[in-house]
Amino acid sequence: MSIVDKPSTEILGAEDVSRAITRIAHEIIERNTDLSSVVIVGMQTGGTWIAERLCEAIERITGGTRVPLGAVDISMYRDDYSLRPIVLSAPTEIPVDLTERRVVLVDDVLFTGRTVRAALEALNDYGRPRAVQLAVMVDRGHRELPIRPDYVGKNIPTHPTDEVAVGSNGVFVSSESEAV
Amino acid sequence: MKHLLSTHSLSVDDIVGILDVADHMTEINSRSVAKVPALRGKTVASVFFEDSTRTRLSFESAAKRLSADTMTFSASSSSVNKGESLRDTIETLSAMGVDAFVVRHKSSGAPQAITQWTNASIINAGDGWHQHPTQALLDAYTITRSFGTKDSLKGRSIAIVGDIKHSRVARSDIDVFTRLGAQVVLVAPPTLLPHDIATWGVTTCGSIDEVVGSVDVLYMLRMQFERMDSGVIPGLGEYTARFALTPTRAAKLSPHALVMHPGPMNRGIEMVVDPSDLPGSRILQQVTNGVSVRMAVLFTILGSGATATLQQGVDA
Repeated sequence: MSIVDKPSTEILGAEDVSRAITRIAHEIIERNTDLSSVVIVGMQTGGTWIAERLCEAIERITGGTRVPLGAVDISMYRDDYSLRPIVLSAPTEIPVDLTERRVVLVDDVLFTGRTVRAALEALNDYGRPRAVQLAVMVDRGHRELPIRPDYVGKNIPTHPTDEVAVGSNGVFVSSESEAV
Repeated sequence: MKHLLSTHSLSVDDIVGILDVADHMTEINSRSVAKVPALRGKTVASVFFEDSTRTRLSFESAAKRLSADTMTFSASSSSVNKGESLRDTIETLSAMGVDAFVVRHKSSGAPQAITQWTNASIINAGDGWHQHPTQALLDAYTITRSFGTKDSLKGRSIAIVGDIKHSRVARSDIDVFTRLGAQVVLVAPPTLLPHDIATWGVTTCGSIDEVVGSVDVLYMLRMQFERMDSGVIPGLGEYTARFALTPTRAAKLSPHALVMHPGPMNRGIEMVVDPSDLPGSRILQQVTNGVSVRMAVLFTILGSGATATLQQGVDA
């Protein structure tokens, strides 16, 4: 944590976040005509609540279609484990064999893309999906790998040192103060 | 955590933390592809100066499932037979680049001594009568997960039966079980109890029949003939009559009680009953859990980024 004061700006409110989730749910339904092959997988721990809300939204919109919901912990697949300590989040829970499934991977913020790379490697250990799509609440840019999202809540231009916080109460960006 | 030499150096939080990590490892072990890249590029050397089946192979498969490279050294087929010392052996292996040594030795304290001769992490896989910390962790894991109590053994009664005196497993288990809140009772002839038993915070009992009907866990130890001076027990027949788990005694166990054994079993001596006939037997589960718990230990020591890669040159 920086001791420098970081003023925080609200980019999306709680309502906006709910609307974004509903819109992404519609897009998932539209893009995947055969919903029975879809599995929603949230990334531990920031993406899991969004994945749950997406499942609920899909069920509401379709009038009762439940798509399987999973969670993936990528801490043992990171490429930077020799650089920083690994903190284990909650364990992975994949309810179905992913072979031939369409997986919608869900995270809160897409930044360098390294977490997504690790998640793709982790998913492959649970079977070979037919396709993997990526849904994120915020795309903040600064990719270091050739990864792009299929569904985005909001594109937010940021500085690499900014911090982006995503919750059901909204999306907030805090920047280093100018007086550093 | 740099080394794992003894259960005494672990706080209760450390123990609970390792058991939580072991849950992650159990999930990995349950998959069709039971392997993650977490320790890619790390080298784990098992250095065994005493015979072992399960501990050595358990550590090796744990290291492999985390994608570490493994080297195996067994004293019986090495230059130890040409007179190479423990120190020279360790320094030689270190010079090849080792991140962690898994050490078993007949002398208590050997793993501690080795820490002076290498920058690598040392994991004690059993030293003399002293300690076998990963066994205690896997036993605690097996009991807590069997009872669904997650991280506590509060209020559980655990009887450890047999050769306490020569047992590093008993010393490690007693420390971990009591600190997690269990009541431990030792069941053994007086000649197989250590002299300072009064200071261990446990009760003792001279007959298995007194405890078998009431305990939550019956932990049978192996008679360690290789460590015994002659004359510690009057005869095997008498030992078996008073301390072995027989079908008659097994019938008196509570329905929820677990039966455990660190292996290898002496069938017909301390285990007269076939464990596959005991619904409460967790003996094979202990072996399965051993891999998860050792993965958790290796990951905690090597995977946190805290351990610098060994750069010790021969002329350092």
